[in-house]
Amino acid sequence: MNTLPHPSAATVEAVADSPLLSRRRFLQGSGVAALGVTIVPLSGLLLSGEASAAAFATLGPQTARTLVKMARDIFPHDKLADRFYLQAITPYERAAARDAKLKSLLVDGVAALDAAAKQRYGKPYAALASEEQRVELLKAIESGPFFKKVRGDLVTGLYNNKALWPQFGYEGSSWEKGGYLHRGFDDIDWL
Amino acid sequence: MATQFRLNDDQVVVIIGSGAGGGTLANELAQKGVKCVVLEAGKHYQPGDFENDEWAMFNKISWLDKRISAGGWHHTKTYPNLPAWIVKGVGGSTVHWAGLALRFLPHDFRNRSTYGHVDGANLLDWPIGYDDLEPYYFRAEKKMGVAGSTASGLPLLPENNHYKVIAAGARKVGYKQIVRPMAINSQAYDGRPGCQQLGFCMQGCKMTAKWSTLYTEIPKALATGKVELRPQSMVLKIEHDKSGKVSGVVYVDQHGRTQRQAARVVCVAGNSIESPRLLLNSASSLFPDGLANSSGQVGRNYLTHTTAAAVAIHKKPVHMYRGTALAAVISDEADPNPSRGFFGGYHLEGLSLGLPYTAAFMKPGGWGRDVTSALEMYDHMSCVWVCGEDFAQEQNGITLHPTEKDQYGLPVPIVSKTDHANDTAIRQHGLAQFRKVSEAVGATRVIDMPPYPASHNMGTNRMSAKARDGVVNQWGQAHDIKNLFVSDGSQFTSSSAANPTLTIVALAIRQAEYIAGAMQRKEL
Repeated sequence: MNTLPHPSAATVEAVADSPLLSRRRFLQGSGVAALGVTIVPLSGLLLSGEASAAAFATLGPQTARTLVKMARDIFPHDKLADRFYLQAITPYERAAARDAKLKSLLVDGVAALDAAAKQRYGKPYAALASEEQRVELLKAIESGPFFKKVRGDLVTGLYNNKALWPQFGYEGSSWEKGGYLHRGFDDIDWL
Repeated sequence: MATQFRLNDDQVVVIIGSGAGGGTLANELAQKGVKCVVLEAGKHYQPGDFENDEWAMFNKISWLDKRISAGGWHHTKTYPNLPAWIVKGVGGSTVHWAGLALRFLPHDFRNRSTYGHVDGANLLDWPIGYDDLEPYYFRAEKKMGVAGSTASGLPLLPENNHYKVIAAGARKVGYKQIVRPMAINSQAYDGRPGCQQLGFCMQGCKMTAKWSTLYTEIPKALATGKVELRPQSMVLKIEHDKSGKVSGVVYVDQHGRTQRQAARVVCVAGNSIESPRLLLNSASSLFPDGLANSSGQVGRNYLTHTTAAAVAIHKKPVHMYRGTALAAVISDEADPNPSRGFFGGYHLEGLSLGLPYTAAFMKPGGWGRDVTSALEMYDHMSCVWVCGEDFAQEQNGITLHPTEKDQYGLPVPIVSKTDHANDTAIRQHGLAQFRKVSEAVGATRVIDMPPYPASHNMGTNRMSAKARDGVVNQWGQAHDIKNLFVSDGSQFTSSSAANPTLTIVALAIRQAEYIAGAMQRKEL
């Protein structure tokens, strides 16, 4: 589905245990988390950013809900439905179940973000109506490991989701359709 | 039955690497009847394994063994463990190169003579000139099917949208040399089909229209019966005899077993990080600083080209991803012209990215509406890569980590690079010119991007006329060890502003003639 040769439901687990993980850390902090973020099917999850408690047994619904909101604030596309952001953070649930460090990075990161939100604006992060206020809170943590991890993974978790490519005018794989030779490779008409 | 040579066969030429240098050299030697064993660190993928998918192919074919970025370049922040973006697999980086086959210019071979002494730089003339290489450029272009070349007789590739938008802007600002000598079949050639504009040249050309040693030189070499290819064979060390001649190589085979292959001649073609790394790792009591390193120049003078990139957002759609990844190339700035405030020159190369890569490389570390408002205009974008002269500096180079080891037990390479002031000036000039080119056709927003991880790696075992100034002579032959050769871009004395592959291939053809002749004369 995206960053690994043969993605499957087991991919995230395999990657989490693999020595490849450390070798693929090169892009951390740079925006490209090349380790596989496999998109898990939506069954069991509610849309609109609301995740069922059962689906996020490890991270917890509050953490999941906040991560979805944070994902949208990091890469805000008004035209994208919440499900794309939810799909992008869903792999964390499986990964966190096997990786205590990751789990605490995410759970503690969200808790700290909520604490800051409550202190400044009296509400948890995801409950703040003002994007400006939420962005201010993110700016305050953007150089920290929690934010960098989430932002970096979103680069692939979001933009490597083939289901959203059409909304950006990207058509992707072409060989099975005979390339673009007869499908608009030279159709520019405004020059 | 594929040809197999015994491990103790000391008459074979061992070639380390199967990319533009090693793959070409193997075929050229094989055609002359020379027996070769090609040791390739990576796997043997086939075009059927290629996917039109940026990240899937990145993870499948990239060289991801740990490397450490060091020095003053941007990569220490943006790509701390991926200084270079090259391929680990049969065919080497010819699997992912974009196919641009530019020749070097005559002055590129006279770097020191052209620019004189430049503070902070370690410039040197090549021991050969353009005229020496010209016939081999012709043969390389014919071999590779360079579109629009006299050598191949092939017409130019058709102009895709991305080409048209950049070429139109270039003409409006007065540029005239808009070129595209691509080693991509514009029609069927050499048993491979004409390009159907898939748009995934850099993910491995699935239809084999783009030249790669993977499906040209390597199978041709194997078909002679003179060559054995051993994939997943990582060389640990080159050994020598008491007289100081190399005698064999120690490697880990595909089953994880350590083997020793005897050799009459050893040719190193592992790209400009691995090649000097191997020479340094082969230090012995006779050669305590590494093989071929009496000058102390092994691993130094690392060149990557001076690069930068930018995207321009146009008023109407471009769909830059439709068709060959490399579009129009503006060559007007390639000639030296010090009135611009820098030595050397550069090319502006239209180079498309898919949406996933654009999101990753446009603004590493960036987020928020500033980023997303641009990405929402993805289908309106054009994208350029600046490929400029990179001045040799002695301290830029490859060293071995004192303690950290990789999965083979070899010291992790540290890849250091710091801009020369000249590099910075080229980068700024190139980006400013691309902005003009884009705005000339109405671009509303131009976003400068930091350099990508380096795909052009050169210079770390450079050619020199005198042994004290470099590592190899005009044949790529080590000054210190006559049966040891360097056959990749690490032998470059200067980077020029041209992409390196065509020159690597031309040098490999020339080197094969020399090696075969010297073997026949019993000099090797």
